[in-house]
Amino acid sequence: MAAYLIRRLIQSALILLGVSFITFFLLYVLPADPVRQIAGRSATPETVANIRAQLGLDQPFIVQYGRYLAGLFHGDMGRSYLQKTDVATLIMSRLPASLLLMVAGIGAELVVGLTMGVVAALFRGRVLDNTLMMTSFVTVSAPQFVVALLLLYVFAVQLGWFPIGGYGTPAHLVLPAMTLGILGSGWYARMMRSSMVEVLRADFVRTARAKGLTRSRVILRHALPNAILPIIAMIGIDIGIFMGGIVVVEGVFGWPGIGQLAWQAIQRVDIPIIMGVTLVSAFAIVLGNLLADLVAPLIDPRIRIR
Amino acid sequence: MKKLLASTALIAAIALPAFAQETLDPNAVSGGNITVTYKDDVATLDPAIGYDWQNWSMIKSLFDGLMDYEPGTTTLRPGLAESYEISEDGLTFTFHLRPGVKFHNGRDMVAEDVKYSLDRVTNPATQSPGAGFFGAIAGYDAITSGEADTLTGVTVVDPATVEIKLSRPDATFLHVMALNFASVVPSEAVDAANGDFGKMPVGTGAFKLGDWTIGQKLVFEKNADYWRAGLPYLDTVTFEVGQEPIVALLRLQNGEVDVPGDGIPPAKFQEVMGDPAQAARVIEGGQLQTGYITLNVTTPPLDDVNVRKAINMAINKERITQLINNRAVPATQPLPPSMPGYTEGYAGYAYDVEAAKALLAEAGLADGFDTELFVMNTDPNPRIAQAIQQDLAAIGVNASIQSLAQANVIEAGGAGTAPMIWSGGMAWIADFPDPSNFFGPILGCAGAEEGGWNWSKFCNAEIDAEATAADSMIDPADPARMQMWSDVYMKVMEEAPWVPVFNEQRYTMKSERMGGADALYVDPVSIPVNYDYVYVTE
Repeated sequence: MAAYLIRRLIQSALILLGVSFITFFLLYVLPADPVRQIAGRSATPETVANIRAQLGLDQPFIVQYGRYLAGLFHGDMGRSYLQKTDVATLIMSRLPASLLLMVAGIGAELVVGLTMGVVAALFRGRVLDNTLMMTSFVTVSAPQFVVALLLLYVFAVQLGWFPIGGYGTPAHLVLPAMTLGILGSGWYARMMRSSMVEVLRADFVRTARAKGLTRSRVILRHALPNAILPIIAMIGIDIGIFMGGIVVVEGVFGWPGIGQLAWQAIQRVDIPIIMGVTLVSAFAIVLGNLLADLVAPLIDPRIRIR
Repeated sequence: MKKLLASTALIAAIALPAFAQETLDPNAVSGGNITVTYKDDVATLDPAIGYDWQNWSMIKSLFDGLMDYEPGTTTLRPGLAESYEISEDGLTFTFHLRPGVKFHNGRDMVAEDVKYSLDRVTNPATQSPGAGFFGAIAGYDAITSGEADTLTGVTVVDPATVEIKLSRPDATFLHVMALNFASVVPSEAVDAANGDFGKMPVGTGAFKLGDWTIGQKLVFEKNADYWRAGLPYLDTVTFEVGQEPIVALLRLQNGEVDVPGDGIPPAKFQEVMGDPAQAARVIEGGQLQTGYITLNVTTPPLDDVNVRKAINMAINKERITQLINNRAVPATQPLPPSMPGYTEGYAGYAYDVEAAKALLAEAGLADGFDTELFVMNTDPNPRIAQAIQQDLAAIGVNASIQSLAQANVIEAGGAGTAPMIWSGGMAWIADFPDPSNFFGPILGCAGAEEGGWNWSKFCNAEIDAEATAADSMIDPADPARMQMWSDVYMKVMEEAPWVPVFNEQRYTMKSERMGGADALYVDPVSIPVNYDYVYVTE
């Protein structure tokens, strides 16, 4: 177990290093000059050159990357080019909101998705099953912006049950979390349905039924825990999808997370912020996958860690 | 030395009494809070750094410079300077500071602070996007090259007097001193902020910064010691950020928002204007903005003036204006109509497909040619680019559209690799209300260098010389100077490096409870509103 953990941690570190290198390289070759954004429209070539030198952007790629990494190892993610604020401060001030929304969103996904999947599996081949699977197909393909606005319009503007965007109270959390929940639930519903169908056919379920257990006990105690296993691995992967998809939802609901920060930084070629947000997101994804792999054997003894 | 009083405006300035007595709005009520929303987070409130429409008006309310504008107008008036004199040769400006002005930290503002602030904004270490505006001050070159860390041209005569010497006459210098970049800041607060003054601003303005929750909201609190007696009217202004314009509009309709800072979203514009109750709360005004297509004069066949004229005639500006719900007026020349120096009665190149074809044939391109049109990839710009593409196709010019992120279009424009660029989303909006502001960086030789904002790469030595001569005159409002500028732009139009397409109008929406003159809501220098002068009626 310890050897496995160490191996996985080294792997994770290498992945993060790779992500940092690729992102830094892509930003380096990008045909957009951050110095022009900083220096303004009336800057002379001398001013531009001076600022380029101050930021070290006149150095070769490998020197720039080396300096960035050296800073990173000292916990310094640099300063925003345009805000002049420390990047770590900017990310830390927004990370809690993103994490809260992510946890709530995944919670909503699981509740909605798993319920749909289980019900569909139990009514396999019937109208209810077809309806639920069709619904899941629609939610998976629905544009986030439209769903978010629709929920906002119906439940906040028309019915007035929730505030129109913003952050702070549990009521503010409901609509953005539900948007993410509805949109992501389709994957879980489909996965849960096929997993459940498979388990319901398994011998141990037949045995349980044969020894006279009630239908609900068979489903809840025997079938469900086994069917849910593949879902756990999926949550780990889902964190990655979330990091990407959260940008739009944060935008519509005015949720002060890192998605908004990243979006604005990309518009303005603010490289230190783009790097910082990318690395933090990559870290979350790597951590999510690692945790999913570590938790799986605790739930399912058939999985062994080597 | 004999002092020159260059215009009535200057005489008025000197005649002002020691304490600025505002003509206050008799209907104004003090107190209350307004809520303003924005989609983007506020990047910085450092007056040396902030350079977007969102933070420009916010910084105006936190800080003051030596000069200022009458609210809702483009008329200069003294700010922290109580009066000033200009030497006969136009090279020495002596500013007499207003006594008793305090920074938000309680300290008195003195001449040393003015000098410090100008040194700071021009020092390359500050990385100010506005440093270039101060190029006329003696010693500017030494400070930008790093040879000096103070401007030799700025002298503290006594604690209440600053003298600024210019190395060349600059008719726009008083406008420059009214820019946010010329705001007076206290050095101790800049030092204490340790590189992050933009998040901890301290000025002399009508408001001071209260709470700032990054990514969520900022609160401006009334500066009770503000030197303009009776102002501001509001107790607080709350800026909520991260709000989609469409959500902001819904909240305004629900009574939760007073001013949606990003304006009325295009998709909702007709709905709002079609509803009398809502349309009544929309205030329309001009702005110092022109949307244009640049034609790169170094790229064949656009190097032929006849080809450029043909393209000017091929563009149906009326139709493009309709595409954006008529939120603009078709343009005939680089300057917007509300800018001094605008040439009245000039019709520009009329839309005439046959004449355009004839000109192309004359240039030996009867069969047209292939070219590229660069455009920023946010709505409505790609739609406008398609309209331009169709117009060009009608005269046989086949333009492929390159729809890119803003920074990439700017890069291509600066590098000179883009034959044509539609300026939408990056269009030139004047920094100050003077015709010179539309020339140097975007039509002059200085901006045509690699990386500059003159995307046409248009550089005509004769026109440049006339522009320099106009800016060497002492009185910015001199009619002879305006005539020279009008002449400059007419000559530019002869060379046709641009297709001026439209001048966007401004539409500011406000809640029912907001009061103050309409001009405050379309203030040319404070967008969306002049926070110091508006008030709430309940």
